[in-house]
Amino acid sequence: MMTRRQWIGGSIAAAALVAGGAAYEFSAAGVDERAIVAAIAPVLLDGALPRDPAARAGAVEDVVRGMEVAVAGLPLELRAQLNQLFGILRFPLTRRFVAGVRDAWPDAKPDEITRFLTSWRYSGVARLRGAYDALHQLMMAAWYGNERAWTAIGYAGPPHVA
Amino acid sequence: MIRDFVREGVEGGWDVRDLSRIDRDAHVAADVAIVGTGAGGGTAAEILAKSGLRVVLIEEGPLRTSTDFRMREREAYPQLYQESAARKTADKGITILQGRSVGGSTTVNWTSSFRTPSDTLAFWRERYGLRTFDEAQLAPWFAMMERRLQIHPWQEAPNANNSALRDGAAKLGIPSKVIPRNVDGCRNLGYCGMGCPTNAKQSMLVTTIPAALRHGAVLLTRARAERFSFDGTRIGELTVRALQSDGIAPSTHTVTIRARHYVLAAGAIGSPAVLLRSGLPDPYRLVGKRTFLHPVVLSLAVMPQPVNGFSGAPQSIYSDHFMQTQPIDAAIGYKLEVPPVHPVLAATTLVGFGDTHARIMNDLAYGQVIIALLRDGFHAESAGGSVALNGDGTPVLDYPMTPYVWEGARRALLTMAEIQFAAGAKAVLPMHEDAQPYESFPAAREAIARFPMEILRTRVVSAHVMGGCAMGNDVRESVVDEYGAHHHAENLTVFDGSVFPTSVGANPQLSIYGISARNASHLAQRLTGKTAAPIA
Repeated sequence: MMTRRQWIGGSIAAAALVAGGAAYEFSAAGVDERAIVAAIAPVLLDGALPRDPAARAGAVEDVVRGMEVAVAGLPLELRAQLNQLFGILRFPLTRRFVAGVRDAWPDAKPDEITRFLTSWRYSGVARLRGAYDALHQLMMAAWYGNERAWTAIGYAGPPHVA
Repeated sequence: MIRDFVREGVEGGWDVRDLSRIDRDAHVAADVAIVGTGAGGGTAAEILAKSGLRVVLIEEGPLRTSTDFRMREREAYPQLYQESAARKTADKGITILQGRSVGGSTTVNWTSSFRTPSDTLAFWRERYGLRTFDEAQLAPWFAMMERRLQIHPWQEAPNANNSALRDGAAKLGIPSKVIPRNVDGCRNLGYCGMGCPTNAKQSMLVTTIPAALRHGAVLLTRARAERFSFDGTRIGELTVRALQSDGIAPSTHTVTIRARHYVLAAGAIGSPAVLLRSGLPDPYRLVGKRTFLHPVVLSLAVMPQPVNGFSGAPQSIYSDHFMQTQPIDAAIGYKLEVPPVHPVLAATTLVGFGDTHARIMNDLAYGQVIIALLRDGFHAESAGGSVALNGDGTPVLDYPMTPYVWEGARRALLTMAEIQFAAGAKAVLPMHEDAQPYESFPAAREAIARFPMEILRTRVVSAHVMGGCAMGNDVRESVVDEYGAHHHAENLTVFDGSVFPTSVGANPQLSIYGISARNASHLAQRLTGKTAAPIA
């Protein structure tokens, strides 16, 4: 069952997506986008990132940078769609009512971010599930494409070819 | 040291032009202009060039060769795949793996090489009137391409990911077979999907395209075919847009190509897109319609011993059992195979996040994955998808998953879990957002029966895009004839997976090679008046 809040969120998201991202355009390397990724990545990748605080911060920075590089390699149309998504996450009103995150990203608690990811993951609105999947795909690729992730998962890296 | 003979050839004088480096508009004249360098375009290029025709090849992606293939997903996906391997259907429900460098998808595919199944050919003859599509008539063309590309059943032992499919299936009385692969001197590394670093894979990049270049062909890279001009009967010229050095953004420069004949081989999303942008006659609105994907669902097993699915030939065992348990146009059939299990591919496909996701990733070496490829296009409720254009002219595929297809997806998830438990799995996780790791088949069966089957809930991927320029003899339901000739533009032919009127029901590369070889030889004879020489 869809809760009332999910339904409202879905409607706003759909409206925002249909309206286009022009109002929320910002550069792919925008400071706010980095803050959003830096807030979500430790939750999405909890259990995968190192626990030591300094190493963890470095790993989050790697994910942020890896995502920037990946986004820069996408076709313009896809980049525009991601701009819309990050616009929704950045704009306080949509962050609050579409993502359900009350606090600004750097202050958002892990529980709040987990609830946000879960509500989009199982949303009745396919576009929100798609938005969750986009975050999932980009952040998973940014971390697991990084050699620093490989030891923990028993992957020795590519073989040496002579 | 692996010899990078493609790079040597370019340095030795093959005519390869990277359009991101041009600083003014240009013109190129040729006998035949071929858009796309994958299975169809590559095969056609060698045949036409060896028939004495001046060929120009147009490739949207870059030229990358064995030296560049460093077996790192982070580098390979942006360089070698459409949309960094994140191409998706319009509703984002299906991720599509398609190549985008010289050699097209053949540069990055997993080497599985099957002739077009005989029941598919029978369906095409009976339903679509493709009279020449019988096994006996096509056999010499498949045989020629098997010789050309060293296609043989894999001789070495399958890796543990593949042998689990074989052993689990055998325990249930389900037959499986060894996959024929297009490799010569394969070192069994397992990195086919990131470009073969040893040039063992007999992709178009290392076979037909070098042969065409040695015969004087011209190769344009980072070159996007924009549109044909058309005078009502014939195509006059092709406008090619140079891309910038990032390989993505269009530059201000164009190259105009004038040729006697044009070949479209840009794949089942790219070829319809060029036709749509060109506004060629399409009175029955068929271009880009009936596009098929072999939608794939996946199941992950955690095995008691290491599987190391990132190592060894990625695909060597398959089962067609569930293609044959019912008529081809009844409930949807599916082919069982396994994929390579590399970190990025696994992590992005694996459902869930946080600790549950991380715990399964920590067991990556113990992960065994089966995939089921659903045979779409043979039933009224499996009419496929349609290609349309974005505002900037780039294509997007809309592919609705119908209840008919979902029913097969659910059956396939059940089958795969049962095989994995039979193979000794400790736990099985069907790739569905509602799934958890199940420790017995009855538990998995009960859960799978209740999964809501909808997009972005059930993980669905595809590596086989087919259809959209269907061949046939009735202009009311086809875009090209049996030889790939366009019904309305007399100097245009299509050679790629877009010509299939349904999905193939098998990994399509050898179907594209064999049918393109036949049709390109037919075209060569039309253009030169002489029989085309065999290429192997």
